[in-house]
Amino acid sequence: MTLAPARPTATPVTARPVRPAATPARGGRRTLFAAVATAVAVLSVVSLFVGVTDVTPAGVLAALTGADDGAAGLSDAGVLLVSRLPRTLAVLLAGSAMAVAGMLMQVLVRNRFVEPSTAGTVESAVLGILVVTIMAPGAPLMGKMGVAAVFALAGTALFLRILRAVPLRSVLVVPLIGLMLGGVISAATTFVAYRLDLLQSLGAWTTGDFSGVLRGRYELLWLTFVLTIVAYLAADRFTVAGMGREVATTLGLGYRGVLNLGLVIVSLVSAVVVVTVGVVPFLGLVVPNVVSRLLGDDVRRTAPWVALLGAGLVLVCDLIGRVVRYPYEVPVGVVVGVVGSVLFLYLLLRRDARVA
Amino acid sequence: MSPDLTSPGTAAPAPATAPPARTTSSAADRRARRVLAALGAVALVAVAAFLTLEARGAWDFVLPFRGVKVLALLLVAYAVAVSTVLFQTVTENRILTPSVMGFDALYVALQTGLVFAIGASRLTALDQHLRFVVEVVLMVGCAGLLFRWLFSGTRRSMHLLLLAGIVIGVLLRSVSSFLQRLIDPNEFAVLQDLMFASFNAVDTELLGVSALLVAAASWVAWRERHAYDVLLLGRPAATVLGVDHHRAVRRVLVVVAVLVSVSTALVGPVTFFGLLVAHLAYHLVGSHRHRHVLPAAALVAAITLVGGQAVLEHVLGLDTALSVVVELLGGLVLIGLLLRDGRR
Repeated sequence: MTLAPARPTATPVTARPVRPAATPARGGRRTLFAAVATAVAVLSVVSLFVGVTDVTPAGVLAALTGADDGAAGLSDAGVLLVSRLPRTLAVLLAGSAMAVAGMLMQVLVRNRFVEPSTAGTVESAVLGILVVTIMAPGAPLMGKMGVAAVFALAGTALFLRILRAVPLRSVLVVPLIGLMLGGVISAATTFVAYRLDLLQSLGAWTTGDFSGVLRGRYELLWLTFVLTIVAYLAADRFTVAGMGREVATTLGLGYRGVLNLGLVIVSLVSAVVVVTVGVVPFLGLVVPNVVSRLLGDDVRRTAPWVALLGAGLVLVCDLIGRVVRYPYEVPVGVVVGVVGSVLFLYLLLRRDARVA
Repeated sequence: MSPDLTSPGTAAPAPATAPPARTTSSAADRRARRVLAALGAVALVAVAAFLTLEARGAWDFVLPFRGVKVLALLLVAYAVAVSTVLFQTVTENRILTPSVMGFDALYVALQTGLVFAIGASRLTALDQHLRFVVEVVLMVGCAGLLFRWLFSGTRRSMHLLLLAGIVIGVLLRSVSSFLQRLIDPNEFAVLQDLMFASFNAVDTELLGVSALLVAAASWVAWRERHAYDVLLLGRPAATVLGVDHHRAVRRVLVVVAVLVSVSTALVGPVTFFGLLVAHLAYHLVGSHRHRHVLPAAALVAAITLVGGQAVLEHVLGLDTALSVVVELLGGLVLIGLLLRDGRR
């Protein structure tokens, strides 16, 4: 599958010179990274003990003070293994993968306001699930994911095609077209779902929610882990590709190949996340933007940060969703929708938004 | 072809350049009048079709039953069309519409917030009409604040506004659904009806008070119809020509807020309907004068809603899918506009 490269936008990502290590020295940055990583780890442990059924506050306390989960009793440990641990892992995997996917997309399309949910990718994946549900209701999860991935890829390719048709004058037209394309695709999806009485299932897929995650129902997300690693290994190529086709080719990069690799990663990640947990909007947009403001645009350097903060943000949002209406849950997609859109608005309306 | 969506400069070249010569203006007038007459005729046919198609059973039951529905649909069509055209005039572009900028979502968020704060039982205990008027007033206030914030300060690019508006819509919808999750399930059931655009299940209870509000808003808008033509020239030109730009814009925003509240209260949020009908109207009537464009847009909206509903419901046997069809078409129109805009 060949995908047309997007035209450089008026203000490409790399218009701002790749900053040398922004603030503290290398060592300081490492320390900070370790600190944030520790915080995320602590939150993950907390997340293991937040929930309705089982592990008592005493159990949480015991675990935090050093006693391992064996102290929490056999059935508690069972809940931990079957439900809590998978859920926490799913949050971390999905969060980091979505954020990295967003970053890849921004680098490759050379536009800061693009991510899978503002480019029609996610909506296409949902359409794919709908189609496979209608055509082959009994298909295994892998089959559904495969179809969703193919649709996501096709949707993204369509988005890039449309972009190529527009001489882009404004950075903001790109996400606008993406959002509209997504709107049209989901209107079509809704129409079909409505006719076939599948609206409710559609609602379940489109709201990001980790509450259904159990052992045996999230493992597909490890695939996103692999994809994130691949993205990291190819980081330098993506950085060069982000400088634009001409520069990249001059530097001896197989531009088209790298572009396709990136888009396949993005589409697969979107498909896997949509199939297993649903849509988590704006995540891939906010996290990479914040990181690149702090650290510049060198993918190899920023990727670990993006992954870490993406995981952390989803974790925090998931915890909020679980606690705020205890013992009921607010789906993470809703919480991220609120947090993410506020952050996105901030990014948009900042004074120098047009330079971003 | 209605030109241009973007800058004030290109927004309305025709009135700017068209000489005031009687001949050209009356030619445009004649065309506009012909188009309006044709649209009116089609609208009448649509209404007649809606009332009579597939009607089995007693007429004295069918006609009043469908008649109320037609009235509600006409009211919605009018409110959406007029609010969109006026909004596009004061924002000096042809992509922004009240619903794209999150007006509908704001109304839904307000409703949800009220239910959350007061509780559905106490809220429904209030007089329904009073409640509606209170909501409309709140809506006008919030919309005013929102737009003060968005349009204040340095003039922002249209694409930025559009994107910000869409994201504000997402934000408000997320906030609404967040609050909805916190609301007691029983109360949520009361609220749920408000959340979905449904031209099929129109809330006819509010018809009377809606009509009153729409009439009041229209009266305010109609008195200033000539000022709106001047606003199309852009802010500096309008100010030079003696229009108090600030006041006019503020007034239009109030009118728009009222109209959007009415249409959202009656059928729920619709995103692209206004965009679709406004562009059809610009395209058909070939005039920039509001006394042509406004009725044309209202008629096109009426034809689309009533006719579309009649065809879908009684000919194709589909039920409430009209809103989805309209969303689909409207989204395509907007992509088309963006592409054309970019190409220029």
